Amino acid sequence: MSSVSKHLKGIHVDHCKNTAGQPIVQMPVPEKVYIPMVQHIGAPCQPTVAVGDHVKVGQLIGDNTAPMCAPIHSSVSGEVTALVKGMTAQGIVDTSIEITTDGKQEVAETVVPPTVGNKEEFLAAVRSCGLVGLGGAAFPTHIKYNPRNPEQVDTLILNGAECEPYITVDHMTMLEHAEEIVEGTKNILKYLNLKQAIIGIEGNKPDAIAKFNELVKNEPNISVCELLQQYPQGAERVLIYECTGKHLIAGKLPADVGVIVSNVTTVLKLQQFLDSGMPLVSKSLTVDGNVVKEPKNVEVPIGTPIIDIIEFCGGYTGEPKKILMGGPMMGRALPDDGKCIIKGNNAILAFDATFANMNPETACINCGRCVKACPMNLMPTALFKAFERKDVDTLKKYHVMSCMDCGCCTYVCPARKQLSFINKLGKSLVLAEGGKK
Amino acid sequence: MSKMKNGNLIVSSAPHVVSPVNTSNIMRDVCIALIPAMIMEVVVFGLRALALTAVCVAACILFESITRRLLGRPDTISDLSAVVTGILLSYNLPAGLPFWMAIIGCFVAIVIVKQVFGGLGQNFANPAIVGRIVLFISFATPMTTWVLPKSQQTVDAITGATPLGLFSKGMDVPSNMDMFLGFIGGCTGEVSALALLLGGVYLVFKKVIEPTIPVSFIATVFVFALVTGLDPVFHIFAGGVMLGAIFMATDYVTSPITTRGKIIFGIGCGLLTMLIRLYSSYPEGVSFAILLMNILTPHIDNLTRLKLNGVPAGGDK
Ligand code: SF4
Ligand code: SF4
Repeated sequence: MSSVSKHLKGIHVDHCKNTAGQPIVQMPVPEKVYIPMVQHIGAPCQPTVAVGDHVKVGQLIGDNTAPMCAPIHSSVSGEVTALVKGMTAQGIVDTSIEITTDGKQEVAETVVPPTVGNKEEFLAAVRSCGLVGLGGAAFPTHIKYNPRNPEQVDTLILNGAECEPYITVDHMTMLEHAEEIVEGTKNILKYLNLKQAIIGIEGNKPDAIAKFNELVKNEPNISVCELLQQYPQGAERVLIYECTGKHLIAGKLPADVGVIVSNVTTVLKLQQFLDSGMPLVSKSLTVDGNVVKEPKNVEVPIGTPIIDIIEFCGGYTGEPKKILMGGPMMGRALPDDGKCIIKGNNAILAFDATFANMNPETACINCGRCVKACPMNLMPTALFKAFERKDVDTLKKYHVMSCMDCGCCTYVCPARKQLSFINKLGKSLVLAEGGKK
Repeated sequence: MSKMKNGNLIVSSAPHVVSPVNTSNIMRDVCIALIPAMIMEVVVFGLRALALTAVCVAACILFESITRRLLGRPDTISDLSAVVTGILLSYNLPAGLPFWMAIIGCFVAIVIVKQVFGGLGQNFANPAIVGRIVLFISFATPMTTWVLPKSQQTVDAITGATPLGLFSKGMDVPSNMDMFLGFIGGCTGEVSALALLLGGVYLVFKKVIEPTIPVSFIATVFVFALVTGLDPVFHIFAGGVMLGAIFMATDYVTSPITTRGKIIFGIGCGLLTMLIRLYSSYPEGVSFAILLMNILTPHIDNLTRLKLNGVPAGGDK
């Protein structure tokens, strides 16, 4: 059970988990993949291959010596046919490596299980796996696992909340790979010298909770925390609070309150790398939405164009008007379906115009719904009014910097104010002002 | 870059889903909640009362539409807030009030209190309350000529005093049952506690309002009466307490946002109501009490600002 008696606020959103219980199916290798050189927070990678090179699955194709960077590997075997510059699904303009596949999926010779005997070797393995936070933030994992204050960090929290509507792939992953996830957890505890691990899972996945409870019943330092069925339990700050009772305030890292948070899939990929030496080259995701013919959970090579995935799922049943990378609460709306899958991607949702339709905006009626929804206890109505006045002092006084963009306030606002988006603008305003001084 | 089938998709910021509750269906629910009281105004005072409500609603819609147009602002009729103001204002008037006076009240409410301050959400006080108070001060006699319930009218007396009027003169007051059901003199929509409570329960059930303000308002009146040796049941059913507490004091725009703020606001309304009833020359104090608390709302909001999670009290910098 959750370890806190007073829960953070949040909202109830229709789950729409249409793909619940669907096993993750392997998608055939597409004709071409486009692997962006930046899929993480930090410095972009430099391509280590050239046009004409033959590459194999798991081969290093991009890296950078900058500390804040995660290497990138080929997800297919085939020939590098172009280095293209363009906008990635994250909205970053950078180089992508186009690989024309040969369908053989030959594995690179470099793919051998790493030897790991101590913390340094473990961290090196995490880096060479190319791991980034797979919950969506895409923060390089080897940096997260190497905090500045290792003495104070004693807890690993596994994020298995999956609180976004539609997405079910983490749930499936937990059911299909629970043993490896627990194995990975033990390795992280061992090499990072942590005291305990807490696996946080939203209460709407009783089968996953039961499975993990069974697996860890003889592991005194691993426990399962059943989270509320409420959005956003998977948001880092909410998850940390619900699992440990500690508040993470703006500008602080989880390590500052003694925890490291990793998505369950990240831990799984890490364990698979330790076992096989295969770095992060594929990603499982939920494909759903009201114009997708056969919603599915699929495992696809990184760099697969979205349109290929949709076609694998039976194609469109109507004209898509909105395609989301990620869930409807925090996902990104993509400008076209030619964008490609990146590491931190857990869903592709395609909808028609009826979904994109929203009621007109009215004036704020001061109803307080946004205030009652905000997990951070902010007052979005006051923040948006302060932003309209460009009133930086009030924005600061009302803690705009603590907004985590969860979108609860926008969801509930009957006046259809874009409150969370306005808070993003408010934050940039405060930062710009801070820069001036 | 890669092949694509659909460009030109809608790109917007997250979240991409929103709750089905919007401004107009909130206002629609308020209108629905006001229906029992509308039925009771007809039962008690006859169709003249309903006609008064209709005139007020029509006038409010018209004034809203015209002012928005003159000010060059987009039309806002569809948010239904003008309809709510019209109904509420009519509920605060005696059933026999000349229509033209009621229309002046609507003008004050919509044009002066609401639109001049910028429209919905910008007004510092409840438009219907100010409309009523202005009429009350300008037309004291017609505004206090109370039509008696049809059941109590006689050949030579169709008007009489309200229970609070009788009370302030030290005369016999109607039974609590009559007051609960609404067979008493008073403003059209305020007489039936039962009808108003039904509406209130509906609003709470539909999550349009929280019971915080009505409960703290009514409880304060009750306790105040009890402590001063008066009949507490009489005081919560008399005058505009029910209408005020359930429908006027809960107006989002002019009441505090946080729960603590709402409690302070409700208690303040209750206290002021009783102080005016007992110590001023007016028999009734609900409107003035709410107006005064409306004015204090920004200060209450400021005092009851929420603390950020994880920031210890005092360290809120
Ligand atoms: S987006 Fe920001 S302000 Fe809105 S509910 Fe989430 S944390 Fe609160
Ligand atoms: S939810 Fe929307 S309308 Fe209600 S107070 Fe917040 S901003 Fe205003």
